Amino acid sequence: MATRNGSSGFNFDLVLRNERLVERLQVDAPKSEASVLAKLPRKTGTTIAGMLFEGGVVLGADTRATEGNVVADKNCSKIHYIASNIYCCGAGTAADTEATTQLIASQMELHRQATGQALVPVVAAMTRLKQYLFRYQGYISAALVLGGVDELHGPSLYTVYPHGSVDQLPYVSMGSGSLAAMAVFEARWHERLSEDEAKRLVYEAITAGIENDLGSGSNVDLCVIKNGGKSVDYVRGYAKENPRPYRKPTNYTFPKGTTPVLMEEIRKYIEVKRVVSDL
Amino acid sequence: MSQVNPLHYNGGAIVATVGHECVAIGADRRFGQAQLTLACDANRLVRVHDRLVLGLTGLATDCMTLAERVRMRTNLYRLSEKREPRPATVSALVSSLLYERRFAPYFVEPVLVGLSADNQPYCCSMDLLGTPMVSEEFVAAGTCAESLYGTCETFWRPGLDPEALFEVTAQCLLAALDRDCLSGWGAVVYVLHGQGLTVRELKARMD
Amino acid sequence: MRPQEDQTRFTESSWMSSNLGPSAQQALISHQRSWSPYVDNGGTVLALAGRDYAVVAADTRFSVGFSVPSRNLTKIVRLTDQAVLASAGMGADRQYLHKILRSRLEVYKYQHQKQMSLSAIAQLLSNTLYSRRFFPIYAFNVLGGIDDNTGEGFVFGYDAIGSFEKVKVVCSGSGQTLVQPVLDQQLAGRQKYDLPDDQRMASLSLDEAIELTRDVFNSAAERDILTGDAVEIYAVTGSGVRYERHSLRQD
Repeated sequence: MATRNGSSGFNFDLVLRNERLVERLQVDAPKSEASVLAKLPRKTGTTIAGMLFEGGVVLGADTRATEGNVVADKNCSKIHYIASNIYCCGAGTAADTEATTQLIASQMELHRQATGQALVPVVAAMTRLKQYLFRYQGYISAALVLGGVDELHGPSLYTVYPHGSVDQLPYVSMGSGSLAAMAVFEARWHERLSEDEAKRLVYEAITAGIENDLGSGSNVDLCVIKNGGKSVDYVRGYAKENPRPYRKPTNYTFPKGTTPVLMEEIRKYIEVKRVVSDL
Repeated sequence: MSQVNPLHYNGGAIVATVGHECVAIGADRRFGQAQLTLACDANRLVRVHDRLVLGLTGLATDCMTLAERVRMRTNLYRLSEKREPRPATVSALVSSLLYERRFAPYFVEPVLVGLSADNQPYCCSMDLLGTPMVSEEFVAAGTCAESLYGTCETFWRPGLDPEALFEVTAQCLLAALDRDCLSGWGAVVYVLHGQGLTVRELKARMD
Repeated sequence: MRPQEDQTRFTESSWMSSNLGPSAQQALISHQRSWSPYVDNGGTVLALAGRDYAVVAADTRFSVGFSVPSRNLTKIVRLTDQAVLASAGMGADRQYLHKILRSRLEVYKYQHQKQMSLSAIAQLLSNTLYSRRFFPIYAFNVLGGIDDNTGEGFVFGYDAIGSFEKVKVVCSGSGQTLVQPVLDQQLAGRQKYDLPDDQRMASLSLDEAIELTRDVFNSAAERDILTGDAVEIYAVTGSGVRYERHSLRQD
């Protein structure tokens, strides 16, 4: 029962209400605050990147999620599963990257079963993603780096933009830290990189984003897909170089009874056993 | 900002913290209209079942609507599955209810805490579009979320027992509420632990 | 008061803000054309006072939007042996303010053959800020020091146009909302409502105060993206000013 009448898709019931609501609240407020609706959702100010190497592809991402200037999540996962041989990094509005990749992942599994293939082609995922995003004219703010390996084309790497355009390049980056990451790629990339060199370079690119872009931070996640798409090495926390440097050695203590309590209610669990009647 | 932000119109704040085989969730009691306080008996915490509490803050009308829809869906789940839904199940449910309205959202920020059958804590917050963010430390939502993050980041420690977790959660919540005009006017903290659920009404500033 | 701080912020691209109604988009477009001389360069400043000391601290990150032009730009100026000022807000305005205050104090010293007292500096700062009532200096100040008669520590908190208050603890800047409740809880004991006043109010030693300061800056750096890199701590006591500097998160 996702929506009324069992139909699927987005529900626009509250469009008018929400517009009126914001209008009403805005009466006394300066116009500069008009962008309030756009600022509400959680964004992932992000550095994501991907790189091809001989026989495979490396994807990388930072792990910071922000709400305004506040870090909402210090260790979120931005490399999403699409299929056993395909993963996808997401930047933009967190809800959109999450939901879009989940949707395409389920479509890819159905596609795999319908076509009887062992592995779905990466182009199939890319095509579905770009058609889906294009249909929503960029209103679904997902900027994606899609990487995978299949039997048809071998290692593939794409970027999918929120409006539905696609790039296919040997090395790509996206998100607010994309310039920092691309600077590293442009300085150091060369053809015929080995797997280790590619991993190293992606790690350095993401680290550049983490250090130089305030929207990116915390750890580096890496995902290596190789061996014809049969082996995936997804490392959460490939590098954890930003732990909290200091904590007060003497703990803050709050002895029992520090907080005055007006009323206390304790609901204990009780075990309910099934009683079989003697009759 | 709060003037035009529907999420802050009625006020309200929620914090949830994770302990050793226990989890706590605290909320304030204010219900207001911008700067005007209308009531101080708002209930933002919904007991889905004995091991699962859903906190909702944001636009009060949407909180109530969402709470009712979650109640209906969890009741249907109970009828068809003959068991209580797990925390992750309810989290996925709330998430899909919210993302369905991606372009005309409910103005709510849900916080979900629960204990699994073997007392493993679950703690998760979402933005108004339903992005789940599972935390092993603490989460905060509402008008003073920033202050709550500040206090929790300083006072919270891993592995606290239910009593210590209550004190930390209550102090973090009260300290943040005292610096926020849009939340406060009483507070309540639920602690879910192996023996049951403890509900405590806190003494707080009523101004 | 933070006039129009957001519109210069570089977001990922314009599609980020494109889910607005037409009227809202129009407002956004016309707003971006308006003249805006202010930038918020972020950062957190803090001052707290004890019986015979004051601690003034600030982080050293200087940011513009999502980028970090400098990781080591001080927000603090040592005005006299008894007074230290820290300012968050806009970097250029801060440097200007610090410069004119230092020159005014220098002139005062030669005219009166003594250093300006803490309370006089507090009033001077207020006057300086209020003189720009209708084109404010975009800096949020905290002033800390010790009273030259009693030796007692005091801090002063300001808004951008000179309204100020003599308090025991204050903080300002991008991490203010994160740090202030922690200081309230630790120093004023406001949440232990049932205890009598003399038991609620903490009295920290200087070392404890510095430890607490360092800890809250680490907490702020964990969650506030504009605070980080390093924290500078000035401790003002009867025997002069002590300085220390510690690393914070770099990301």
